[in-house]
Amino acid sequence: MNRILRKEVLNPSVTLMEVEAPLVAKKAEPGQFIILRVDEDGERIPLTVADFDREAGSITIIFQVVGATTRKLNQLSEGDFIHDFVGPLGRATHTEGLKKVAVVGGGVGCAIAYPVAKKLHQQGCEVHAIVGFRNRELVILEEAFETASTKLVRMSDDGSWGEKGLVTDALKQLIESGEQYDEVITIGPLIMMKFVCQLTKQYGIKTVASMNPIMIDGTGMCGGCRLTVGGETKFACVDGPEFDGHLIDFDEAMARSATYRDFEHHAYEETCNLFKGVGENA
Amino acid sequence: MPNMAPEKNPMPTQDPVERSRNFDEVALGYTAEQAIDEAQRCLNCKHKPCVGGCPVKIHIPAFIEQVAKGDFEAAYQIISEASSLPAVCGRVCPQENQCESKCVRGIKGEPVAIGRLERFVADWHNANATEPARKPASNGHKVAVVGSGPSGLACAGDLAKKGYEVTVFEALHLAGGVLVYGIPEFRLPKAIVQKEVDTLIQLGVKVETNVVIGKTITIDELMQEYGFEAVFIGSGAGLPKFMRIPGENLKGVYSANEFLTRINLMKAYRPDSHTPIQHGKRVAVVGGGNVAMDAARCARRLGAEVSIVYRRTETELPARREEVEHAMEEGIQFRFLTNPLSIAGDEQGWVTSMRCQQMTLGEPDASGRRSPVAVEGSEFDLPVDCVIMALGTSPNPLIKATTDGLETQRWGGIVVEEETGRTSREGIYAGGDAVTGAATVILAMGAGKTAATAIDEYLSKK
Repeated sequence: MNRILRKEVLNPSVTLMEVEAPLVAKKAEPGQFIILRVDEDGERIPLTVADFDREAGSITIIFQVVGATTRKLNQLSEGDFIHDFVGPLGRATHTEGLKKVAVVGGGVGCAIAYPVAKKLHQQGCEVHAIVGFRNRELVILEEAFETASTKLVRMSDDGSWGEKGLVTDALKQLIESGEQYDEVITIGPLIMMKFVCQLTKQYGIKTVASMNPIMIDGTGMCGGCRLTVGGETKFACVDGPEFDGHLIDFDEAMARSATYRDFEHHAYEETCNLFKGVGENA
Repeated sequence: MPNMAPEKNPMPTQDPVERSRNFDEVALGYTAEQAIDEAQRCLNCKHKPCVGGCPVKIHIPAFIEQVAKGDFEAAYQIISEASSLPAVCGRVCPQENQCESKCVRGIKGEPVAIGRLERFVADWHNANATEPARKPASNGHKVAVVGSGPSGLACAGDLAKKGYEVTVFEALHLAGGVLVYGIPEFRLPKAIVQKEVDTLIQLGVKVETNVVIGKTITIDELMQEYGFEAVFIGSGAGLPKFMRIPGENLKGVYSANEFLTRINLMKAYRPDSHTPIQHGKRVAVVGGGNVAMDAARCARRLGAEVSIVYRRTETELPARREEVEHAMEEGIQFRFLTNPLSIAGDEQGWVTSMRCQQMTLGEPDASGRRSPVAVEGSEFDLPVDCVIMALGTSPNPLIKATTDGLETQRWGGIVVEEETGRTSREGIYAGGDAVTGAATVILAMGAGKTAATAIDEYLSKK
């Protein structure tokens, strides 16, 4: 059982929670993830570590309410307990020796991109953060990115925040203007990462993408999180979650991520109705 | 006079049609009358060949003698001397290859139903014993056990009884290892596993779930920072194998581990579960071991037409005979001498069929089994919407990768001294599937007990 120390609503569908988990906080590094269960009989879901505080013994998670489980999680308040919380799992982001990096985040993926940018920035690396959201209302972590980057490029689909356009447009512009990156690190929706990788491949810039597939145990036991990287099957939970973006089969990953879409939609509706009932009685 | 009936008392079971639609236990267990009658078939022979066939050397004729007398608690105490998990082993042990294969009664008929009697005795005890286990006085030594499967539970139990302060670390949210995530409810009810875990807790064992040793805490930290003087590694063989054939990552292809974990640990078989599982209409399970039978029987219970695809013949099936028979009774089709070549899918990436090839048996290989050889031009497509790969598992590399100086085999198994379970690192012991690769519950339990004795000797001298 892990206590929620702080809860903050970042935008209408994205929530931040700082959770007491001293053992996990002691070890966590950017790029790693945790698995949680909201309650007894709940589903196990992976969430990437958004921040950690070794002294306070806490892990910060940021999640978007997309399904029944994240909806239940979002119903919890400060002081409540999360039933199970295990980690840190997966491999940490490789940051050693990097001097100049473009960190490309999209939507709630920015929550994962942020600790990576922060770590790189702290070790003296020049960080260009390119972050994109659908619109101004959905923007998260703007200030955090400002302090963790040397250059922050804001993009939105509708132009209501920063420049109108896609993160790939901004990245292309930077590369074309002569910026030379040791590496590009991209975290966001699969389709966004796919196009970021296609772009950087043209310029021959090494690119790392953070994958967040369906998972159960997170220790290599189920193989549900497998994906094809360079023609080989890899398990995101133990071999990743970060992989060479130029080798990932994104189309397969996108198909696999939709395995339970119908089930999840149904479960989400059910949970909605359940909470509706509670709300009406209260 | 012993009961000279040539055949075992049959095990009462749920009707095959009925049970292929539910997850309740298939075998219902003997009544006291049936148990006494069966026990009377034992000749109590002097040389006790059955004991030699038991990996943990249970005093089989002695416990059976007590059953014949109707003193079931005395029988239980005799089994407990050697076994930590009698209710589990009575259900899942391959007795036909162990104790029962040596039984003198088996020469001219069927052997005594030792496994069924063990199960009866353990269930009788669990239902009738009221005294909770007592925590013995502590001897002040701390031991860590990694993994709460059969080897870890057995090791923890034996050490706790000797007064050690034992903490069991489990990566998942529930203790039991393969007994809870792998073996289905209809073969091993989870309440039985929970009962075993509860008994350990009564003995003073601490169970820490949600701790991944090798990630959350390393073995070296357990010993240096947490004050554990010895560590037993029983982390199992959790890594699923795939065939590396085209189409294996299509939607609808599962490892048996994933399929079984969703159903057993995550309760996807219950209608109120939040765990999604695909309810395939036509399921192919690839493999012929007990895990393949478990996966096939689970898929059947979720409403599918199920085929087991196995590249050798019925004779070579590694699964227990009883499991094969149960699967057949439940309407599972067996496609022997059949080997998958590739899996095809639709535009959305869902499985639609599996291309297979007919095989024939050639010369025996190193394992003594005749190796399958492909029959040219025999390819055909099996229409399926779900494929479950049950090809075996290998040890999890997490601990090996984070423990310096821990010697392992090339395939990942931890190297130990067989008589003690001692690894290449002082104070670190290992047993079960983490050492042997995927094997049986009883072998793992035996290894846990062996290591417990060795750890006791090691720490007594310290």
